[in-house]
Amino acid sequence: MQKQLLLGDEAIAQGGIDAGMSGIYAYPGTPSTEITEFVKASKEAKEKNISANWAANEKTAAEAALGMSYAGKRTMTCMKHVGLNVAADPFMNSAITGVNGGMIYVVADDPSMHSSQNEQDSRVFGKFALIPILEPSSQQEAYDMVHYGFDLSEKLGVPVLMRITTRLAHSRSGVQRKNHVKQNDFKLPEDLRQFVLLPSIARKQYKKLLNNQDNFLKESNNSTYNKYINGDDKSLGIIACGLGYNYLMENYPDRKVPNPVVKVSQYPLPVDMINKLYDECDEILVIEDGYPVVEEMLKGPLNKGKKIHGRLDGYIPRDGELNPNIVGEALGFPKTKGEEIPSLVAMRPPSLCKGCSHIDAYLALNEALEPYTKGRVFSDIGCYTLGALPPFESINTCVDMGASITMAKGAADSGMFPAVAVIGDSTFTHSGITGLLDAVNDKSSITVVIVDNFTTAMTGGQPSSALNRIGNICKGLGVEEKHIRVMNPLKKHHEENVKIFKEELEYEGVSVCIPTRECIQTLNRKMRAKAKAKK
Amino acid sequence: MKKKDIILAGVGGQGILSIAATIGYAAVQSGLYLKQAEVHGMSQRGGDVQSHLRLSENEVASDLIPKGKADMILSVEPMESLRYLPYLHKEGWLITNSKPFINIPNYPEENLIFDEIKKIENHVLLDAETIAKDLGTSKAANMVILGAAFPFLDLEFEKFEEALKFIFGKKGQDLVNLNTKALKAGRQITENKLDKR
Repeated sequence: MQKQLLLGDEAIAQGGIDAGMSGIYAYPGTPSTEITEFVKASKEAKEKNISANWAANEKTAAEAALGMSYAGKRTMTCMKHVGLNVAADPFMNSAITGVNGGMIYVVADDPSMHSSQNEQDSRVFGKFALIPILEPSSQQEAYDMVHYGFDLSEKLGVPVLMRITTRLAHSRSGVQRKNHVKQNDFKLPEDLRQFVLLPSIARKQYKKLLNNQDNFLKESNNSTYNKYINGDDKSLGIIACGLGYNYLMENYPDRKVPNPVVKVSQYPLPVDMINKLYDECDEILVIEDGYPVVEEMLKGPLNKGKKIHGRLDGYIPRDGELNPNIVGEALGFPKTKGEEIPSLVAMRPPSLCKGCSHIDAYLALNEALEPYTKGRVFSDIGCYTLGALPPFESINTCVDMGASITMAKGAADSGMFPAVAVIGDSTFTHSGITGLLDAVNDKSSITVVIVDNFTTAMTGGQPSSALNRIGNICKGLGVEEKHIRVMNPLKKHHEENVKIFKEELEYEGVSVCIPTRECIQTLNRKMRAKAKAKK
Repeated sequence: MKKKDIILAGVGGQGILSIAATIGYAAVQSGLYLKQAEVHGMSQRGGDVQSHLRLSENEVASDLIPKGKADMILSVEPMESLRYLPYLHKEGWLITNSKPFINIPNYPEENLIFDEIKKIENHVLLDAETIAKDLGTSKAANMVILGAAFPFLDLEFEKFEEALKFIFGKKGQDLVNLNTKALKAGRQITENKLDKR
């Protein structure tokens, strides 16, 4: 079969389809979104009856995947790095329950924060949960490792974490597919108490996980994805993790590194290879994208052995994504660079689309808030976060999914009035509902603005999980009906919308304003499809 | 040919990925290795976007082009072509559309941008919209720009024709023909410039 040109994300999706996966569960988040989108759009996946699902959030996604594993089937759950914080509860505990069918957590980190609020390294989480980690260095490895990861998960009886980064997720290359694997038959766990984490059982299960660590290490030492590559120049030994290996190779056009190299793509660290490298070489350089995870492990707090170079001693910058230049300089190569960027080149930040409903919502909200001092609007994660930038400058916070409502509540409880939250429909169902319930129960004086555009817009228009039910959810949570105000964010309704905002800002209790108008991107897409169908 | 490293530049929504897809298809059909790093997510909303497209006879290592090593900057917007100059090799080519995409209040004066572009010895500055409009639709502007890059790509023209058939074939032969014409018009501009040298 000819190679297919696939994004790293798509390679993982195709890997799942080919490796006997029965279901995939995810909440969209850059750079992980395209994995589930690919499976949802795949004809093969449909023919194979693979269940592809957008969940309300990463936690519900991971738990559904764990349920599928319980039933003996192979399953995947995908999220961005901060999504793993949301799914941390099932993630940590599924390491203790173990799996029945193979289970892979695919987590996409975003070093340099291209589309994120931090650059946390999920390998730390994998180590925390004490499970094996796979870190592919190429699209082909990402594809192959899905097959390998399912086998490994079933062999070792634990979920496996596959850690990728933005660069691999969103880069395209040729991928050679493997033979199809049949899906597992339905099969209950042999021990029906395996998944019952009552303390007495959990203690046993945890010991089992601890005893299993030696096996994980053995797999890493023998893995074909970890390699010891000999080199004559023993003054420096190089450990290159994941994509770091590519940046290393890029600096040697003949692909021959003079120094010994350990390529790491599976954890726990292949200690046998690292030991050999340490013994043979005078100093060590660690090349890893993200946090200095491996570097810290080798150095330890005392740092008394041989010199270990990396992000902690400035050989490589402490933060930000790796690239071939950074790695080249760490290796002592001269800087390469073309001309400077001319000073007239202006910044071009992303902005709300022309015709976006958030624009009208913010213009009305800004006007309604004019009588008060600035700094009262808590917001959230979505396209509307762009309202922090000129010309709107409408919002004052963006922390984590759902934090707008709960932070507004805390500020209101301290006496701040009015306190406003701005949150999107999809973020509201992801993590806002419980916070609103808290506010209702405590009768906190907050005005919640749910900007409802019927979709998860920033990640490309995935479905909103409570489409047309936002108002009813608020009512069900106990928000008074007369303080649930649906509005139409259009220029021609501006005066009316300002008036509604003003009334609710002055209400001492929980009020919810819902500016409701479809995302201009999804609307245009639908119109184009309709026009095409007519032809 | 050993390798071609190309920075594709533009503004989110201008369709640089359609150019990348066309070159990518032609390259794969020519038996080359390829890696292509794209920008997805927030920046696609009217922000600056770029794609690193790497073609080679040998397997490509890094998904990113090292600074100072790009053989070409291919841009659908003049100011954006300048943003990636640190990547361009001294002998590399800068090929850009001349029509500005203005969605920021502090967009610099056009002529100053053109002056900067002209400082790069190897450059092609072309008005792709007008050329495409003369052929029938300004929508083919991206193919005019790609055509202008053709003489430096070391790929056969037939492979590009095949790529257009593959990409636009479903939408009808007329569109394939139009885009092929646009490709040829762009190619002509660069070839004329090279003849004059």
